Parts: sequence; structure tokens; C-alpha cells
Amino acid sequence: MGERLRVDLDAMFRKWAGTVSRVRKKKSGYVPNNRKGFWVMKQLALGILSAAALGVFATAASAGTLEDVKAKGFLQCGVNTGLAGFSAPNDKGDWTGLDVDFCRAVAAAVFGDGTKVKFTGLSAKDRFTALQSGEVDILSRNTTWTVNRDTALGLNFAGVTYYDGQGFMINAKKLPGVNSALQLSGAAVCVQAGTTTELNLADYFKANKMEYNPVVFEKFEEANAAYDAGRCDAYTTDQSGLYAVRLQMSAPDDHVVLPEIISKEPLGPSVRQGDDKWFDIVKWTYYALLNTEEAGVTQANVDEMKNSDNPDIKRLLGTEAETKIGTDLGLSNDWVVNIVKATGNYGEIFERNVGTGSPLKISRGINALWTKGGLQYGMPIR
Amino acid sequence: MIYDPRVRGIVFQIILVALLAAGIWWIVDNTIENLRRSNITTGFAFLRGRAGFDISDRLIEYSSDSSYGRALIVGVLNTAAVAAAGIVTATILGFLVGVGRLSNNWLIRKLATAYVELFRNIPPLLVILFWYQGVLALLPSVRDSVSLPLGSYLNNRGFYLPRFVWEPGSWLIFAGFVVGLALSWYLARRARMRQMATGQQFPVLLTSIALVVGLPLLGFLAAGMPVSVDFPQKGTFNLTGGMNVKPEFLSLYLALSFYTAAFIAEIVRAGIMGVPRGQTEAYSALGLRSNLGLRLVVIPQAMRIIIPPLTSQYLNLTKNSSLAVAIGYPDLYAIGGTILNQTGQAIEVVVIFMVVYLSISILTSLLMNWFNTKMALKER
Ligand SMILES: N[C@@H](CCC(=O)N[C@@H](CS)C(=O)NCC(=O)O)C(=O)O
Repeated sequence: MGERLRVDLDAMFRKWAGTVSRVRKKKSGYVPNNRKGFWVMKQLALGILSAAALGVFATAASAGTLEDVKAKGFLQCGVNTGLAGFSAPNDKGDWTGLDVDFCRAVAAAVFGDGTKVKFTGLSAKDRFTALQSGEVDILSRNTTWTVNRDTALGLNFAGVTYYDGQGFMINAKKLPGVNSALQLSGAAVCVQAGTTTELNLADYFKANKMEYNPVVFEKFEEANAAYDAGRCDAYTTDQSGLYAVRLQMSAPDDHVVLPEIISKEPLGPSVRQGDDKWFDIVKWTYYALLNTEEAGVTQANVDEMKNSDNPDIKRLLGTEAETKIGTDLGLSNDWVVNIVKATGNYGEIFERNVGTGSPLKISRGINALWTKGGLQYGMPIR
Repeated sequence: MIYDPRVRGIVFQIILVALLAAGIWWIVDNTIENLRRSNITTGFAFLRGRAGFDISDRLIEYSSDSSYGRALIVGVLNTAAVAAAGIVTATILGFLVGVGRLSNNWLIRKLATAYVELFRNIPPLLVILFWYQGVLALLPSVRDSVSLPLGSYLNNRGFYLPRFVWEPGSWLIFAGFVVGLALSWYLARRARMRQMATGQQFPVLLTSIALVVGLPLLGFLAAGMPVSVDFPQKGTFNLTGGMNVKPEFLSLYLALSFYTAAFIAEIVRAGIMGVPRGQTEAYSALGLRSNLGLRLVVIPQAMRIIIPPLTSQYLNLTKNSSLAVAIGYPDLYAIGGTILNQTGQAIEVVVIFMVVYLSISILTSLLMNWFNTKMALKER
């Protein structure tokens, strides 16, 4: 946004300055030699207008997010600009990925139609401003849940859609002797700005009394390109991201991910603080995805399951007599059915985007359901 | 009375002011309300918090334990450093190319024109990426560093130079340098006064060089040679020791210099062409040789045309330095953005951006204005 704005401002200013100097010339008959006044004015104009850019914060206070979304007719979802498995446009230009599917699930819960969603690609650095300012209704962009973001940045995290941790990748061909992150003292490390990654990196090297040389990029592609070109010895980000980055290298097989995991990175969707109703909808969409997996409800069998006699499944799918669960949330009573029809349950979303059905081939690991020894645990829908 | 233009003017102005005030009030009120609702605090207290991230290019002491405020200062200094270096190089290059465009030599003239046309028509961001990805990234890796004279190296991690280590007693060297500068300045003044009065010339340049080089050398010897040199050496990953000019700085600096030089060249050409031909004929008629005539007659007049637009090029260069984010040079804009991301203090950080860029601009303008008045035509 900053860049676009500055360009416009410059054009505007040139126009304005042109008028002013034309007028001045006419009056005095010469081109003023001393143009300090101009510059000061230009800077002031720029300043005032960029303050106006902050108008994003000044948009009129809205009703609830749910009402706004319904009135708009679609959900605006902030996602990654291109991280394979989580959110990336495919060759047809459609967004795909775990984070993308989560937004589709929310759209299905709200509208009964998982296609009523528009995506905004956000860089790591801009993502929170986009949510705070109302540019997006939900942020689903491999974002780590931390106390700072939950409090000082005014977000509310609805759950953890992917339990991750930070790791390192190196080019084993160029650095054959390195097989542990603890051997990286003195290395140049490529990292992306505005991430927890950047902070964990500083802490890890400090804790292990090692020197390093951070090369910090704002954009993902820039960081990847610089690492691929040999500007850095190591690349660091969330492990899931490392596998995605490796696929984009010119010779993916040369790169290895080192065994150390240096942090906890619970990634999940978040909404603005202060709108409990909307927060509830996003949170329970997440639990619905987990509970349907646990109950064995899938995209393929959901219509059949509606006839089930099992009280748990009846309650989950809203076929219980006099059910109020959906309407209490501000949704329709078949909201869970709509979700599963749009995206499948959590397990299906996982396998399709990052699991065995995807190029990333990540195993469920700690992201398995609690019943299978993992951490995913859906609160009861009752 | 409604038709009285003065009354109407006043009424319109009052309406305008009222609308403006209402608009500002609406913005401020909404902002405060929205910030309060999302629980974001305001104020500059966050500057004292621990930054937590590292910065590789820094001119002052800094670590992840330093405060956000200090991180911002690192950014301001980095912006200032690249802008200052860029301004110097762009000016020199711009003058050379500008004069080249007026050269009698066909080849030089065409080369200079091609340079201007090329760089003036490419967006500065592309010039930066050209240097970063197109030139510096293609340099050999650390293992195959190109060794240059004097123990320096060039590789895809930048330029490695030996570094002087100043030991106690080194102050004598700096003192010698300062005294040398002061003496040269005084000498130049005296020589000019003498030439005005008597017409006798004095070899100012040679004497000044002798003073500025000789006195520090004397200090060096007198203090017992208190300087050692730290040469870059091969470490496990990178070269260690010495001084490292990183590719991020280099490409930004080169791109800004080359890009802005194209505009400066045009300003210089316009300035020289703006001096009437009669002036050239006049100094020839007085029997001045052409390079002396250029120096004493044409350039001083051209400078008066050149300086004002030159100022705006300097300011453009400074602002363009914020394109550094594209290649990971930690300038004010990049560091401020990271702080904004971590603290959510958008308004405060943008205010800091505005104040800093405005101050740099005003400072540059003031300096150039002072220079301009010095160069201005003195009517005697
Ligand atoms: N989980 C971390 C890191 C998230 C992050 O931005 N990761 C990078 C590296 S995998 C990324 O997704 N970049 C993609 C982009 O900016 O387009 C956080 O929340 O701060």
C-alpha cells in the first residue's frame, strides 16, 4: 500500500507544483531561483497525505463483522501471497491450500456456499495492519499464535490449524560437513522480515553463543532468490515452509533441512479483537472441521450421514429435533453440513493440501487427532 | 450583499475551514475509537521496548537486546549513509556525463547521451535489482573469492577490505589531518587575496596536498606508528575480520548513484548551455585559455542555474533510498516496518517516518540554499 500511495502522491504533487510554479512565473516573470519553500511544501503535503493513508484506521466504526460480511455478500480473507500447501494460486488461478480452505469453510458456514470468499495476498509484514484496518475479515496466513499478537496487536486467534516449528535449510552440496544447526556459527542466514522467525533466530544464536549475519528480506520471493543465488548459507522459517521453499529451488535435491526445531509455531486463523460473535463463528468452524473428522463425516458421505441415528452425529449435522446450535451462532442449522460439503473435514483438507495427496507429503505427526496421538482436539459441539 | 465578492469570499472560506475541521475531527475521533476497540495502545513508550531482532548493517553498537528506539537510529543512520554516499557519487558522475554530452568528441558525446537515455527511462527499482540480482549475485562464492590488491576480496557476499585498527595515540594522526585541512584553507584564502592584490599566483593545490597528507604522517610517526591493519581471512562460512561492504548496500548505492546521475547530467548540460555564448567569446577575447575560461567564467555562472534543481535531485535520491526494502538493506523504512509489524504502532511509526524524512530533506535544502547564496551573482 505504501508504495502505491507514494507513487500516486508524487504524480499528484507534480501536477500541483506545476500549477503553482506556472502561477508564480506569471506574477514575477522569472523562475524562482530559491525553491526551498517548494520542497518544504512538498514534504508537508506528502506528510499530510500519508497521514490520510492511516485513514484505514479512521474508517467509521462498523456494526458486527458478521453483519458486514453478509451485507457484502462475500468473506474477505487475508492469505499468503504464495506458500505451497498453505495458500497459493494454482495454474488455473484459483487459490488452493490449507489456509485458503479454512476461509472457504468459514464462508460455507456463513453463506452455505464455500465460493463466496475473496482472497487478499498479504506479506508477513503487512498482514496485521490489513486485519486491524478492516481490509480483511479474517487472517488465515500461516500466522503464529503469540501473546504479543493476541494482546498488543489486538488479534484473537481462533485455533491452531497447523502445529509447526522453526527449522533451518542448507545447501548440502556447498556445505557438505554441516549436519546440525549448531554448526552454523558465522553463517549468513536469509530470513523474512516481520515474522516470529526473525525473532527466534536472534534468540537461538544468542542462546548458543554463536555469531551470524542476518540477511532480512521483506518478500518471500526475494528471500528465496537470494538464498538460491548463494547470498546466504542457510535459510530459516517454519518447517512446513522449508519444504515448500525447497521445491522452488533450482536444484531441490541439493538442499537438506537440518534436524533442529528451534521454536513452537502454532499457526492459526485470527480475527480482530472486540467482536465476540464473529470470533465464535471462526472458532467453531475450526472445531466443526475437527469434530467431523472424528465422527467420520466426510465430503463424500455427509448427505448419507444426515440420516444417521447416532445422536452425536445428528447434533453435529443439525438434524436433531428443535436444534438451536446453528442459530445461536448466528448461522443456519445446517452450517456444519455446508462446511463439510465445501471443503471436507480437517483430515481431508490436510491430506489434500499438505499431506499425501500433495507434493509436500507431510505426515500428520502432531497434527493428527487427539484420538490418534496428535494434538488436534475439537471442543464438543453440544 | 450576497453579490459582494468580498463577502462571498469570506463566507466560502469560513465554510471551507469548518468542513476541514469537521473532517479532521471525524478522522481523529474514529481513529481513537477504533484503536480503543481493538485494544491498541498509543504513544511513544513502545520505543523503549526490547527489539529482539538483529540488524547486520549497523554504524553504531546494536544487538537484539537493544531498544526499538535504537533500532530506528540504526535505520536512520543507514539511510543517511547510503544517501550521502549516493549523492557524492551521483554528483561526480552526473557532472562528468553532463559535460560529456557537450563534448566535441563524437564517441564521448554519444556514450553520454546513451547513458542518460538509458538510466532516465528505467524505474529506479529495476536499476537496484539489476545491480543486486544481475551483477553482484553473479560474483563467485566465498570459496572462490576474487582477490584484489591490498588484501581485499570480492565475492557474492560483498566487498571485503582490510580495516585499520586504531590503537591509543592515534589521535595525533587525526589532529594532523585537521590541522592540515585548516592550514590549507587559510593558505587558499591568503593566496587568493595576494593574487587579487598583486597578480602573483601560488601553487595552492600542491601545498595543500602536502599539508593534508604530510601532517597526519608526521603524527603517525611521532606517536610511534599506533595503527595495525586487520585483514579479511577465510572462515568456515564467510571471510572474517576486515571490513565488509555488503551487496545490499553496494547495489543500492550504485543504483541510486547511476540513476540520479542521469538526471544530474541533464541539469549540468542545461546549466552550461544556459550561459550565453557571448561569455565564451568574451573570455577568449580577453585571452584566457579555454579551461581557465571555463573555470573562471562559465562554470560559476552555470552553477547558479544548476544548484536549485540539483537540490531536488538530492532529495529524490534520499527518498528513493527507501526502495532498499526490495533487497534487504536495513534502512529506516525497512526497520520501521518491522517495528510496526511487531508493535502494531502504525500511526506512531508513520509519524517517525515523516519527521525523519522531512528533517533530512529540510537539512539538505538548507545546506544547498546556503551554497546557492554563496554562488549567487554578487553585484558589485
Ligand atoms: N509463522 C511465522 C512465519 C510466517 C511467514 O510469514 N513465513 C514466511 C516464510 S515460509 C512466509 O510465509 N512467506 C510467504 C510470503 O510472504 O509470501 C509468523 O507467523 O511470523
